[in-house]
Amino acid sequence: MTYRTFEEDRRARRARHAAQPGGAALAVGLGLLLLGGLAARQYAGQQAPRRPADSAPGRTARRRRFGDYAVTGRSVTINRPRRDIYDFWRDFSNLSKFMENIESVHASGDITRWTISAPMGHAVDVVTRIVSDRPGEEIAWRSTEDSEIDTEGKVMFRDAPGARGTVVETVIAYRPPMGELGRIVATLFQDEPGVQARRNLKRLKMLLETGEIATNRNRNDG
Amino acid sequence: MRALTYHGSHDVRVDTVPDPEIVNPRDAIIEVTSTAICGSDLHLYDGVIPGVMSGDILGHEFMGRVVETGSGSTLKKGQRVVVPFTISCGQCFHCKMQQFSACDNSNPAEKQDLTEPLYGHPLSGLFGYSHLTGGYPGGQAEYVRVPFSDVGPIVIPEGMDDDEVLFLSDILPTGWMAAENADITEGDTVAVWGCGPVGLFAVQSARIMGAHQVIAIDHHPHRLELARLMGAKVIDYTQTHVLEALMEMTGGIGPDAVIDAVGMESHGFAPDNVFDTIKQKVGIGADAPHALRMAIMAVRKGGRISMPGVYGGFADKFPLGALMEKGLQLRTGQTHVQRYTKDLLRRIQEGEIDTTFLISHRLPLEEAPRGYANFKNNQNEWTKVVLKPGTAAV
Ligand SMILES: NC(=O)c1ccc[n+]([C@@H]2O[C@H](COP(=O)([O-])OP(=O)(O)OC[C@H]3O[C@@H](n4cnc5c(N)ncnc54)[C@H](O)[C@@H]3O)[C@@H](O)[C@H]2O)c1
Ligand SMILES: [Zn+2]
Ligand SMILES: [Zn+2]
Repeated sequence: MTYRTFEEDRRARRARHAAQPGGAALAVGLGLLLLGGLAARQYAGQQAPRRPADSAPGRTARRRRFGDYAVTGRSVTINRPRRDIYDFWRDFSNLSKFMENIESVHASGDITRWTISAPMGHAVDVVTRIVSDRPGEEIAWRSTEDSEIDTEGKVMFRDAPGARGTVVETVIAYRPPMGELGRIVATLFQDEPGVQARRNLKRLKMLLETGEIATNRNRNDG
Repeated sequence: MRALTYHGSHDVRVDTVPDPEIVNPRDAIIEVTSTAICGSDLHLYDGVIPGVMSGDILGHEFMGRVVETGSGSTLKKGQRVVVPFTISCGQCFHCKMQQFSACDNSNPAEKQDLTEPLYGHPLSGLFGYSHLTGGYPGGQAEYVRVPFSDVGPIVIPEGMDDDEVLFLSDILPTGWMAAENADITEGDTVAVWGCGPVGLFAVQSARIMGAHQVIAIDHHPHRLELARLMGAKVIDYTQTHVLEALMEMTGGIGPDAVIDAVGMESHGFAPDNVFDTIKQKVGIGADAPHALRMAIMAVRKGGRISMPGVYGGFADKFPLGALMEKGLQLRTGQTHVQRYTKDLLRRIQEGEIDTTFLISHRLPLEEAPRGYANFKNNQNEWTKVVLKPGTAAV
């Protein structure tokens, strides 16, 4: 499925015309990735022989790099109303309850500063600005100049069919930095793209459906 | 506390380990009064299910007294409960549909990574059954931390013996669901492979559900005798050509439904089975589905296959052609225990179902390793072992 509005579709078509290899185009490409599957496919399609685009989300493409950007994403269905999940997420201080590697979150206005723990005692500061906020539907963010990682992402909420609750869909694109920091970030996101996203969304589902996060720990100190 | 822990294939020991505590709000701590060894534990014991680590506490069939409750538990201290081996949240999509063994929320997120590549979807949490199903400390121990204690455990009225109700934790509902999956109607013949606890309860359940005849297949004389007591006709596969006999005992039609209560470690010296057993020993994740193959060959055209027996990996020479060409249906799964406990408890109270006939040995927890060895090697006489924590070793 692709979930594009008419407006998004028009933007995608425009961007497709503009997209050429090179720095400026990459920025456009990144925007495209977050718009939805088809657009990302078409961006990817410019480097490959043309085939008709299929209906799958762009992040499931066989090639997962788009220019300098790596894209990861995941969907989960949560048996709770759309608005409840949006509200929970929109209070960013809640995110550290289910996202394993968030050390701290400070939000002031549209700007949020995230300290993300990385292996071997490292920490990475990510600063983001909210670029879209539609209550009950979507929250999108993009990193600012102050951020140590160049990243962009969004979370979308829509009613699941058959009264199954809400489909929560996240897409995150990031450009792995060079050097030491790059290596840290690579381990942070782990080899397989989406491992963190997948685990995090499962924990979110547990928390919102059952009120707790499953663990096999037998003791509080263990 | 004392607990039965895994140290390698055919090496289990009773060790002293830290007592469990309440970790999540919906937890309860149970002081175990009875816990059994299951055929499924033998798959772990034999090392044919991966993901068991040294020091893991085994056991998934247990009951006891509530000694501590978290803020979200609905249990009360002092209550006696039987705990389903399936850990289920009660609130996810699958739990709402009563597919409790498919619960989305009971296997810790990082453990789900182990089975998602293997099966396409992650498994749910089970007690004491490898890290594939969560790595939860099991029930062959003095105490157990029971997650989601507000939905799983069933409270047992005072006055009923442990022996009468312990098997509500697994094998009784498993036998029942096996018969339910066979979709029995009047006049049906049901053939059951394996007269272990699961097979025997499947025989009993199939009779209650109105099967015209139930035919049980095994090679242990005493186990076959128990099946006869449960109302089955029996076939000893070391004496009889099973397929021929089944055709002759059904007027040339074949059984309407077949139940594989053997699972991945089928016995016997048929060529396919010898080959499978060797592959299993060299450890390539292969199952030994000899009994299942036979069941598929035996069942009548358009018939039903119910498969409570556990498999973990891949099967060779699976008679896919017979499945398709005969238009068969196959139903299986870890039991949705919570779906059946209330109804089965009532049937026990009303005297319709007896479970005590099965128990051949009661041992102190301290003697669990001896229980494992005998339940594996002396299957004929050791039909079911119940362990009693807190009693002295003999
Ligand atoms: N689906 C579930 O939720 C669930 C629950 C409990 C147990 N199980 C599984 O059910 C199976 C049986 O459990 P159990 O406790 O009764 O085990 P068990 O090992 O005590 O019994 C198995 C029986 O099968 C017999 N057998 C072996 N090969 C045979 C063959 N080729 N033909 C006929 N009989 C044969 C054995 O002699 C034995 O009596 C196991 O695979 C176990 O893991 C599944
Ligand atoms: Zn069992
Ligand atoms: Zn559930």
